[in-house]
Amino acid sequence: MRITLDIWRQKNPRDPGRFERFEVPNINEHMSFLEMLDVLNQQLVSEGKEPVAFDSDCREGICGMCGFLINGEAHGPLRNATVCQTHMRHFKDGDVLRLEPWRAAAFPVLRDLIVDRSALDRIIASGGYTSTRTGSAAEANQILVSKPYADKAMEAAACIGCGACVASCPNAAAALFTGAKIAHLAHLPQGQPERMARALSMTSQAHAEGFGHCTTIGECEAVCPAGIKLEVISMMNKDVIKATLGGRASEMQTLAALPPSAAMRFFESEPPKKEQ
Amino acid sequence: MSTSVSPVSAPRATRLGALWNSAVGKKALMAVTGIVLFLFVLVHMIGNLQVFQGAEKINHYAELLRISLPFLWFTRIVLLVAVFVHALAGIELWMERQRARPVGYQDYRPVVSSTASRTMIWSGLLILGFVVYHLLDLTIGVVNPRFEHGQVFANIVASLSRAVGATIYVVAMVGLGFHLWHGLYSMFQSLGLSNRGISPTIQKFAIGFAVLLTLGFSAVPLAVILGFVG
Ligand code: HEM
Ligand code: SF4
Ligand code: FES
Repeated sequence: MRITLDIWRQKNPRDPGRFERFEVPNINEHMSFLEMLDVLNQQLVSEGKEPVAFDSDCREGICGMCGFLINGEAHGPLRNATVCQTHMRHFKDGDVLRLEPWRAAAFPVLRDLIVDRSALDRIIASGGYTSTRTGSAAEANQILVSKPYADKAMEAAACIGCGACVASCPNAAAALFTGAKIAHLAHLPQGQPERMARALSMTSQAHAEGFGHCTTIGECEAVCPAGIKLEVISMMNKDVIKATLGGRASEMQTLAALPPSAAMRFFESEPPKKEQ
Repeated sequence: MSTSVSPVSAPRATRLGALWNSAVGKKALMAVTGIVLFLFVLVHMIGNLQVFQGAEKINHYAELLRISLPFLWFTRIVLLVAVFVHALAGIELWMERQRARPVGYQDYRPVVSSTASRTMIWSGLLILGFVVYHLLDLTIGVVNPRFEHGQVFANIVASLSRAVGATIYVVAMVGLGFHLWHGLYSMFQSLGLSNRGISPTIQKFAIGFAVLLTLGFSAVPLAVILGFVG
């Protein structure tokens, strides 16, 4: 099959960028989308031209490195899949496809289709962990987790951090990502002591990174390759509201007893600063 | 809010301030004020239907509403504060969203979202503009062709028997319907009350009330312009 591509080309973060058209003849329909781009790049290199830069690593939908919009849809037309899991058989011979990078103030374009997603890492660093005592290995069944909670935690933990939720959101919100990371720990007993602080810390970090706010549009859930459900955002919102209004004295006491670690800052007037 | 405060001793006012300062909290305040406004429009719509029971009935109802001045002003102030907080939060969040994606997509195709969900700021501003017109028309009377204090039925007929008057009301109510279609669904999520099991029911509730309110409110201007009432 033959495909025409309109690809975003941008040399560096300061370059204004533009679309460039490429023809790729002789595509095997069993190629993955990224393999098709490899073929294009091979062709460009042999012509002495600059290849198209795109991110990838595992090429089997588990690492979260790949991702761009294909004809206006994050990760392309296949649901519950990343671009690396999308094959050329999902397209027709003669199709014209527009490839555009994730667009958000918090995701500056580094080059072509590659964006800087370290803002998501900083959200994790601000609270996506539990503080545990290290030492000799604990008995594995010391803390029991009932099956429904284990399942829900596992489901939320499936997020691969690709950023498609941000890209597809009209508000450029990172709510599905942040909600998944918060819900994943909030469903487990190990996540309880820092639960309220975590919700505040991670959401204020997302805000400080310049992501927008959630208005329940639902595009994120539709394009998410990991099948993260919108309800994680509801859970996150509930925790943030509870933590801010400080409903239960016991929870507030727990918070006050926390060490003033840089990450779990609670109730400071300034959100944690974005690293330069 | 210039100094950091310890969580245990945080005074109420500071906590409300903290709610306003976070994006999640601001949406929660929008949801709460949205509920207040929703309950108001629901009662208002039911009250309006008394137009169909004749001039005496609706004029009497309007008098009843004014029997206690403190109550009247209490309600007015609550509504004004609710509209102010709701609209200010909405506009601020919308401005923030413009900053969150300074470079837009050349091609963006929504996969599942409703038009209503993507146009909340515009349906909201339409309602805001309408509220101003509505107060000038039927409360203060300056844009009404024949306004007379206390003559509620006659004032309604005077305004709505003109094509312009009736059109403004019906268009605004369709806008309100769009706003509530998404708003009544979204507010549960904003308050942390939604989950995958209950979400389809919430969606039905939202659409049901959006349609009910649009039809219920539009019935009056349509009946007047078509000559069934007046
Ligand atoms: C009768 C008047 C109104 C009612 C009953 C109403 C109701 C609601 C409700 C229930 C929500 C959902 C809140 C949430 O998701 O947490 C909402 C959201 C919103 N409203 Fe209103 N509203 C009214 C007037 C306005 C006005 C005057 C504006 C003017 C700017 C406005 C702008 C917005 C915006 C921007 C949103 C958020 C959008 C979103 O969640 O997608 N609304 N409204
Ligand atoms: S929630 Fe889904 S779309 Fe968002 S980063 Fe995680 S895997 Fe990607
Ligand atoms: S390359 Fe790892 S998810 Fe696509």
